[in-house]
Amino acid sequence: MVNAINTKNLNVYYRDQQAIHNISLDFLKNKVTALIGPSGCGKSTFLRCLNRMNDVIDICRVEGNISLNGIDIYSKEIEVEYLREKIGMIFQKPNPFPKSIYDNVAYGPRIHGFTDKKEEMDLIVETSLKKAGLFEEVKDRLEDMGTSLSGGQQQRLCIARAIAIKPEVILMDEPCSALDPIATSIIEELITDLKKSYTIIIVTHSMQQAARVSDKTAFFHLGNLIEEGDTSKIFTKPDHQKTNDYITGRFG
Amino acid sequence: MTNLAKRKKAELRFRFYGIFSVFLSLLFVAILIFNICLSGIGGFYKTIFLTSIHFDQKLLNLEDNASEEQIRNASFSKLIKNNFDETFKDYSKDEIKQIKKLFYRKIDIELKNFLISNPEFLNKTTKVELTASTHIDQIHKGNFDRSVQEKHRKVNNFQLEIYDKFVEDQKVKKVWNSTYFTSGDSRDPESAGVAGSVMGSVFTILICFLLSFPIAIFASIYLQEFAKTGKITDLIEININNLAAVPSIIFGLLGLGILLNFFGLPRSTALVGGIVLSFMTLPTIIVACRSSLRAVPPSIREAALALGATKNQVVFHHVLPLAMPGTLTGAIIGLARAIGETAPLLMIGMVAFIMDIPSNPLEPAVGMPAQIYLWSESSERGFIEKTSSAIILLLIFLIVVNFVSVYFRKKYEKKW
Repeated sequence: MVNAINTKNLNVYYRDQQAIHNISLDFLKNKVTALIGPSGCGKSTFLRCLNRMNDVIDICRVEGNISLNGIDIYSKEIEVEYLREKIGMIFQKPNPFPKSIYDNVAYGPRIHGFTDKKEEMDLIVETSLKKAGLFEEVKDRLEDMGTSLSGGQQQRLCIARAIAIKPEVILMDEPCSALDPIATSIIEELITDLKKSYTIIIVTHSMQQAARVSDKTAFFHLGNLIEEGDTSKIFTKPDHQKTNDYITGRFG
Repeated sequence: MTNLAKRKKAELRFRFYGIFSVFLSLLFVAILIFNICLSGIGGFYKTIFLTSIHFDQKLLNLEDNASEEQIRNASFSKLIKNNFDETFKDYSKDEIKQIKKLFYRKIDIELKNFLISNPEFLNKTTKVELTASTHIDQIHKGNFDRSVQEKHRKVNNFQLEIYDKFVEDQKVKKVWNSTYFTSGDSRDPESAGVAGSVMGSVFTILICFLLSFPIAIFASIYLQEFAKTGKITDLIEININNLAAVPSIIFGLLGLGILLNFFGLPRSTALVGGIVLSFMTLPTIIVACRSSLRAVPPSIREAALALGATKNQVVFHHVLPLAMPGTLTGAIIGLARAIGETAPLLMIGMVAFIMDIPSNPLEPAVGMPAQIYLWSESSERGFIEKTSSAIILLLIFLIVVNFVSVYFRKKYEKKW
């Protein structure tokens, strides 16, 4: 088993407030890891450290070590744009650009200069949409606005947009929290499909979702990593009392 | 229950206040527009006399098939004298002199222009439309009270008699005043036009837009997207807001002190006017642009950043296009204000009697508001009408600009 991402002694502060306490956590390649925990436990903050999205927040300070395939992502040699090309992200609320479906998917490949040729770009768009399971629904209206799709379709469009730049890792920050159960189940199936080619780290509030889609689960509480391990183990025989309380719904 | 009745009553009362206020403000606008139209529409027309003129070759000292150049150099005074003497041979010399005063004093130019465009009438007799003097023009449009004592009038009884006779003979007509739209300013109301001031305004606004729009956009983008939030940014923001509230004449003083006296830019030009007005519109556009940038949802920025876009790409590919409608609206509101601005232009000499129509921003010019101000100061009745007509044009200009802004906003607005 190969690790895609390793984090070691990670501490994150918002001004003086410490949001993440000394977390060391490794993510296996081509597996789905779920981060669960009550609101405000730091799982989103942790996730956003992995592709350095916290850089934009002035008051946020990150200490510790995160490496992608053994290379420190906070080192000077790594450009943040290159890092984000390797680590894609899906957000809580579907956020397609107010452009056509085609342009939404083609935007990433275009700025990274994947190709100048129209046919090659068409192919990238088509395969990305196919991988995201959206192509059949939108193939006749690629010029329609991405924002005109339904919520679930928008989220799959965002997934297509993320995989169009061929990342190694996809971060998902509660990708289904704004979707209805049917759209959610489609996305969950998609996640299971995608893990063949990508390492997926998913933050979720739904324990059932974590149980359904993930191979590994990590439980966060108040900025601390309480427990991590195989999903089956966490949900059946957790080592910690807190984990047990959370998954049985006693708090959180 | 009584409480509810009371609340409903209060709501009804409030509605009434609202409707009343809306009605009142609309009424003011209606009165203003009605009033201006009433006194200004006339300015778009002029009174002419249909006069039979014989273009005698000998009196003009011209050969057959005379060139345009030769006609231009010919003297028409003999021809005019001869024609008047012929037409009014029943009147004394002194009376003919008074009849001549019914006409615009530069009819020789009108005859010359007529012959240049219709050279076939040389040595022939034809009816020519000759502009009436401004006093007759005002009488014909009914802006003149005949019961005023003769010594208080510009037109004496004899002249009125002749005018009435012309009317009876159907020689007097009201025609579209095209000179008003094609000529520059003049001392005579008969030939004064708005073309010069319209061009002056166009150049000024163009310079103003070209300077203020890009500067404002870059300043806003930097302040909103790149600058770290802190005391300095706050201070800059406060000062920009203050700048938007500075009385416009101060900007004129700034232009006078810095642009004219220090940098030595040419006085009274659209270039300087445009720069001064851009000082004034800058804060308006910056405020509008920043608030539009702020209104772009952060999720769009995050989406682009997460795809590996640089900050620059995020701004120019996603944020700015979404902020454009709001920015354009702000810019056009700022420009509309600048179009109607007179005070700062007074300080830099853009209020002067300038006859030539400016052909570039480096030539002396006046803007439309300054032209309106200049004409309104004139004592001649004809200019009062011209003033109102120019105001109508300015209002039309502003309405068009507002429609353009609405059009652009609708066009670039993205539906979510």
